[in-house]
Amino acid sequence: MSVSVRIPTILRTYTGGESEVSAEGGTLAEVLDSLDGSYPGIKARILDDQGAIRRFVNVYVGNDDVRFLQALETSTPEGTQVSVIPAVAGG
Amino acid sequence: MSTPSSVLSAPTAVREGAFGHAVHLVCRECRATQPLGPSYACQECFGPLEIGYEFPEVTRAQIEAGPKNIWRYQALLPVPADITGSPNMEPGFTRLLKADNLARELGIRKLWVKDDSGNPTHSFKDRVVAIALSAARELGMTVFACPSTGNLANAVAAAGARAGMKTVVFIPHDLETPKVVTSAVYTDSLVAVKGNYDDVNRLASEIAGEEEGWAFVNVNVRPYYAEGSKTLGYEVAEQLGWRLPRQVVIPVASGSQLTKVDKGFSELVQLGLVDDAPYTIFGAQAEGCSPVSQAFKAGHDVVRPVKPDTIAKSLAIGNPADGPYVLDVARRTGGAVEDVTDEEVREGIRLLARTEGVFAETAGGVTVAVLKKLVETGRLDPDEETVVFNTGDGLKTLDAIADRVGPAATIEPSYAAFMRTGLA
Repeated sequence: MSVSVRIPTILRTYTGGESEVSAEGGTLAEVLDSLDGSYPGIKARILDDQGAIRRFVNVYVGNDDVRFLQALETSTPEGTQVSVIPAVAGG
Repeated sequence: MSTPSSVLSAPTAVREGAFGHAVHLVCRECRATQPLGPSYACQECFGPLEIGYEFPEVTRAQIEAGPKNIWRYQALLPVPADITGSPNMEPGFTRLLKADNLARELGIRKLWVKDDSGNPTHSFKDRVVAIALSAARELGMTVFACPSTGNLANAVAAAGARAGMKTVVFIPHDLETPKVVTSAVYTDSLVAVKGNYDDVNRLASEIAGEEEGWAFVNVNVRPYYAEGSKTLGYEVAEQLGWRLPRQVVIPVASGSQLTKVDKGFSELVQLGLVDDAPYTIFGAQAEGCSPVSQAFKAGHDVVRPVKPDTIAKSLAIGNPADGPYVLDVARRTGGAVEDVTDEEVREGIRLLARTEGVFAETAGGVTVAVLKKLVETGRLDPDEETVVFNTGDGLKTLDAIADRVGPAATIEPSYAAFMRTGLA
């Protein structure tokens, strides 16, 4: 399934400056694998050494923070928008 | 690794001394450093950046000779030496009230209220915004903006107006009416977003990533902004006669204020401005948005986001950026993070008002109610000197207690009618 992924400024060095790219996968984990296939190294910036989403990264599927869903197992239906956003803000 | 220009967006020509004695940005997670600029997330690990300094010698006399506002601490902040020459709100140096009546009621020996409702737009946010404004100016940014739960919206809109900068403010659509009005009055560019604070915050992060020249005070200039809260710590110490309080109770929304008060205390010790004495920091949250308190009680070192549901809207950040660092500070200093119900928040507001004549907003109700709970549960030592923070003005959150207070009697205008009330 094809989804659209919004890339934060800080990771656009991997996507040649593109702010939005396509990836494949039925779950967030698969989408990140697909993304890494196209843009090698990008997955390791989003996930930590244990393979969990880094403490200061928020990932959204549609409008929902995946920490409220099934994290990396969150399903990503055809046409979904995935957004990766640095968490350090607010207050 | 090359870096997109919009990330560092290097200040084309940052003038000498633009950031005072600040020397770089440093990641709080991996300690990587990068040049001073409009960056907030570490290039390596996404961790939050903070300001690193090389402080000169600073004396009490130098500080005391400064203006009666936060600029007396200019040497300890990322602002230029001539900061007082540019239009700003001149916040700070608010009252530290000796709260004997509240102390007696709670069974505490010595208690002070740091009443930050006395700032120009009636909350502590004027402090942080003043630093962010300076950073935005020095970095040549052209739009001053923020996502806000209300107090910040007031502070940004007012400071932007005074500075003559284009200002755009984003708020959740369901904010208390007074906070909407007290923001809108300063700007024609107030945007109400159909979502909660965390949704507004996310939108701001996205806009900050796309739009050149926008300074979102608590997003892309957040490292500078956050430093403003150190001045609360400096002031408390100076107002106590240049010493640290033994215990402090501080509200926790993003957690930035609490961690920066701790940083402020540490810097005063490091610079020899106060004696190195132990202090304990307690964090206060509302039960309906208590991700940090829950993590503290569960012994976790990460904070699981929550969906906020509390009358303390100024503290309703479900995904607090500095939550993990609040846990670190509370544990390191022997403190705690506690939460109270909305009913206790209302009682806290009334308690402070009727004992000390200070009308706190809901966040102040949270700190006073948590103070009470900490005493009752034996975690705060009633024999040690304590400072409780009120960070905002009750006039902005009238709805919270509007149905709890009112006339004791409604009478005919006659002496006999008055006598029947029993108030004579």
